Amino acid sequence: MQQAEKEAKTAVRPWRPGWLEVGTGIWITGMVLAAFLWAPEVRNLKGTQILYFHVPCAWLASIAFLGSGVYAGLYLRRRELMLDVKSAAAAELGLLFCTLATITGAVFAKANWGMAWNWDPRQTTIAALLMLYLAYFALRSALAGTERRAAVSSAYAVMACVVMPFLVYVLPRAFETLHPTVVRRGGMDPEIIVMLAVSTVGFTGLGAWMFRLRVAVGRAVLRRMEELV
Amino acid sequence: MGIGMVTVELKGLSKAFGSRVLFRDVELKLHSGQCLVVTGRNGSGKTTLLRIIAGLARPSRGQVVITDGAGAMDPSRLRKHLGLVAPDLVLYDELTALENLFFFARIRGIPPDQDRSEALLEYVGLQGRGGELVGTFSSGMKQRLKYAYAIQHSPSVLLLDEPTTNLDDDGVEMARRVITAQRERGVLVLATNNAEETAYGDQVLRLG
Amino acid sequence: MATRSFAWAEGPAAVLWKDLQAEYRTRYAVNAVVVFAVTTLAVVSFCAQAAAAGPELLSPLLWLILLFSAMSGLSRTFVREEETKTANALRLSADPNTVYLGKLTFNALLLGLLDLIVVPLYIVMMDVRVGNPALFVAILIAGSLGLVSASTLVAAIVAKASVRGALFSVLSFPILIPVLVAAVQGTEAALRGVPWAQVSPTLKVLVMFTVVMVTAGLWLFEHVWYEA
Repeated sequence: MQQAEKEAKTAVRPWRPGWLEVGTGIWITGMVLAAFLWAPEVRNLKGTQILYFHVPCAWLASIAFLGSGVYAGLYLRRRELMLDVKSAAAAELGLLFCTLATITGAVFAKANWGMAWNWDPRQTTIAALLMLYLAYFALRSALAGTERRAAVSSAYAVMACVVMPFLVYVLPRAFETLHPTVVRRGGMDPEIIVMLAVSTVGFTGLGAWMFRLRVAVGRAVLRRMEELV
Repeated sequence: MGIGMVTVELKGLSKAFGSRVLFRDVELKLHSGQCLVVTGRNGSGKTTLLRIIAGLARPSRGQVVITDGAGAMDPSRLRKHLGLVAPDLVLYDELTALENLFFFARIRGIPPDQDRSEALLEYVGLQGRGGELVGTFSSGMKQRLKYAYAIQHSPSVLLLDEPTTNLDDDGVEMARRVITAQRERGVLVLATNNAEETAYGDQVLRLG
Repeated sequence: MATRSFAWAEGPAAVLWKDLQAEYRTRYAVNAVVVFAVTTLAVVSFCAQAAAAGPELLSPLLWLILLFSAMSGLSRTFVREEETKTANALRLSADPNTVYLGKLTFNALLLGLLDLIVVPLYIVMMDVRVGNPALFVAILIAGSLGLVSASTLVAAIVAKASVRGALFSVLSFPILIPVLVAAVQGTEAALRGVPWAQVSPTLKVLVMFTVVMVTAGLWLFEHVWYEA
């Protein structure tokens, strides 16, 4: 009975937008309008609007990274293939947002400081994150067999997570940075802070939505495979 | 090594590679003194089944439970009580026969003993060859060394995949002795298509 | 009792000894690594010619040579076992931590040998002035251990995959970024003769990294090792 209930809940059915999807849609639309019509430009910085895209992307890339690592660790513990599906899905989203964050960051740097890339600690960190993601997918595609692929790539995902604190906390302390030191130092208009918060929330909603879709696809594939045994 | 009663249970064992199902819901129980023979065409999953019992592969479903007097065996205990001879289980070519035996004894936690090892080599028909590099051995000699490796720690569960591959008549005699000795004191699993060997089986499992 | 407290080291010692024996007879990994390192060093020295290179360049160049040489050799200890199929016997008879620690030590010794050969040659050929020798050696050791601790686990991962060569470098490099950054910084400081106190945070980072990686390895290795 429990099995049937579970299957009914996660059965493949025609898609209808729920609260998350509608809410996110409205939220982001409002945010974009506000970004261009309401929020002021930060003094000395050109093209502030891209920040409202860049910052949430970097945020999501980090969250996805951690999420992927956590799911990977759980998979190794429990060996439920659905956990590997979630880990890979999170990594896919993370790769997407990381790429966007890297590009928007470079564009912003070029417009404001003349140099698109200079290996300052923040850029190094986001580049390292990008490389870790790409390495993870290179590994996945080189592994044959569902369980083997899941276990070995999960091990790498956990390794990558273990390295993350070194990249994020240790590296930046060691250098000076061009990167705008953000909210800690104060000195930013409250409107900007509000906008950043708003857009981060919006993007998180978007990320959650995309994750759910991706996981649903993975689940369907897995179910098909399990039917055969 | 003291060997009490040992039981090998296969519960609902299934294995599939992608869409290819090798076997489904295998249920089996074996006690000390019993022999299971697994037969089937090439590619029917005999080797895979043995590997699953040995703990080298994971089943798609079900489990293998090996129990002795002290309870169900976890992987670290299993290592000391299980032996396997198989075509894809190979020893080190760059080491001599004795060095191979010493090495595996040490990692199994048995202090390596020169006399015991040489006696073992004699038992499998490799007397005097202890100091030669395994890389110089013929395939028949390598197969004999595999037997030495597998029974070195007097395992209560012995798995033989294609027991007489590469063996000459002498070698086949040696294999027969090992099989008989194992049947007296523990559990034996044979994977073979040879009719003569199939006769050893108290239970026969046909795959494919 | 003294003997009992080291009983855990018996297994890894056996694995290490076996690898050393095999290596001594075939020189499979040592050849690749040392020849690569010396060749790279010769190329670097040749291309730099008389260019007066300061510590800010000498340090990264040294670590580049060490990194690439490591990438050419540190995966072999696992890849070889899988290729020759001896890994199965090992999987069946040995505790996974035994295998991991044994191979880790082997790789550490391999890289140590590389350091011993490459570094003095480098100092001579590139005319390097070492301001703080003790610090230089400390950073070298800590950095090498960091390199080895991460690479060994990646090597185990790569041994399971189908396209091994390039994959090892691709997977290792991002993980090794903290080690490289810290080691290059620390070495530069040592060449300049900066006192210990200022560089000890860098040293700490390297040591922490090694400890974290070895610990993670002890947990993760088993999962990778047993994949059919």
